[in-house]
Amino acid sequence: MLRIPVYLDYNATTPVDPRVLEAMLPYFTEHFGNAASRSHSYGWKAEEAVDAARRRIADLLGATAQEIIFTSGATESDNLAVKGVAEMYHANGNHIITCRTEHKAVLDTCKALEQRGWAVTYLPPDAYGRVSARQVEEAITDRTVLITIMAANNETGTLHPIREIGDVAKRRGVLFHSDATQAAGKIPFRVEELGVDLVSLSAHKIYGPKGVGALYVRRRDPRVRLAIQMHGGGHERNMRSGTLNVPGIVGFGRACELAGEELETEATRLGDLRDRLERGIFRRLEYVKRNGHPTERLPGTSNLSFAYVEGEAIMLKVKNLAVSSGSACTSASLEPSFVLRAMGLPDDLGHSSIRFSLGRFTTEADIDYVVEQVTAAITDLREMSPLYELARETGETRDIEWAK
Amino acid sequence: MPQYSEKVIDHFNHPRNVGALDKNDRNVGTGIVGAPECGDVLKLQIQVDDDGTITDAKFKTFGCGSAIAASSLATEWLKGRSIDQAGEIKNTEIARELSLPPVKIHCSVLAEDAIKAAIDDWKRKKDSGTGD
Repeated sequence: MLRIPVYLDYNATTPVDPRVLEAMLPYFTEHFGNAASRSHSYGWKAEEAVDAARRRIADLLGATAQEIIFTSGATESDNLAVKGVAEMYHANGNHIITCRTEHKAVLDTCKALEQRGWAVTYLPPDAYGRVSARQVEEAITDRTVLITIMAANNETGTLHPIREIGDVAKRRGVLFHSDATQAAGKIPFRVEELGVDLVSLSAHKIYGPKGVGALYVRRRDPRVRLAIQMHGGGHERNMRSGTLNVPGIVGFGRACELAGEELETEATRLGDLRDRLERGIFRRLEYVKRNGHPTERLPGTSNLSFAYVEGEAIMLKVKNLAVSSGSACTSASLEPSFVLRAMGLPDDLGHSSIRFSLGRFTTEADIDYVVEQVTAAITDLREMSPLYELARETGETRDIEWAK
Repeated sequence: MPQYSEKVIDHFNHPRNVGALDKNDRNVGTGIVGAPECGDVLKLQIQVDDDGTITDAKFKTFGCGSAIAASSLATEWLKGRSIDQAGEIKNTEIARELSLPPVKIHCSVLAEDAIKAAIDDWKRKKDSGTGD
């Protein structure tokens, strides 16, 4: 059965899985205790639940429970990781390496540190949105204290070579933070195999509630220390004070458990659906460009530019579809997606981009419906596009690799 | 994406006068404004009779919903007007008619620019007396 509008914006947020909600509910009312209350059973019950959730989250990453610090979300985790390391290790240096296509939570944090005297290298990605381990290594100086590179990009789904970058980081003795908000729970992400020292996570991207996240902070080889960003009661090994959001944390734990259990089958299923979407569109439409790596990408993400039509117009035309666009017209800024731009995509194709992100509740019927709707909308809009008219008159001559 | 007025949605879903006129016709004026890299290109054409009355208008637009709606509305307003009356159409009138949100005012500016460019093109042809 088709649920209208079809939701293909899972990279923005996901619905809470009913199994997650079920796990959370008792912790709003019956087991409402403060996890820091050591003097009675209400507190113990809450602490127990938090500990169990912490283990489940650690299990997803192949980490130990003590290495998980709860936060309000991935933005806070990124802030805590980058500023926490920068301030704590200031005596060792003042240089950070990141990539131009990182989430704003990392980029703007880096910019804030630049204002305070830090030097930041923003590596340019290749046309697929990837940086190489070699680029990272060449940027390291004796002043470098942190490398922060996301696991999977939210707009394109492109995966960075985290394991290779982890090797470089380890060899050169630089701490390595990775924002794995879009990757964890969707593809295997194990901290020991990848050699990462800090990892940002968010619950609401993997069918947990909004307002909960975590930061993995390595405890051995090396033991990572962070300068406190939130002072208070000394919760979370004194790295992040504040009463714990027990129901949210319980939901986060259950969400990680489910994601781990279903990871393999779900990754295959979503990859097939994504391919079905792309094949359907490429077969019916010419002048479509895929943005992002053809293979090294998340299974459920497809970012496409439909040349000669504008993204917001596409979304307005396809009424029963919830997606997002890299077009400037969909945001407050006047410029198209900075991620696509950093990959060297011409601005007109940035304005023409649509991100389809699939998830747990996406069905084959959804995809077939979307293919039909999108094809019809693009065909209509191209009929009224002066650029399409021109392209047909003169013959398309641009040096663009159109998808087939 | 802003919440658009019913008029924008109506013009977007049922655009008036999409199409092209022969740009080599000496009675046709063509205006193309905007830039692909900025996300908006408006092409507006007018057909003018010997009395200086606009008998037909067509558009093609690459752009967001309000750019398409503004173009559509402009062609509707142009038909039947004299060249002088056409030159008086102001972006503020277009913006008001469509209740464009502040971030979309530039779409109405582009529509006014396209009208002016089409009129200029027609005048240039008329003055030079050639058909191409």
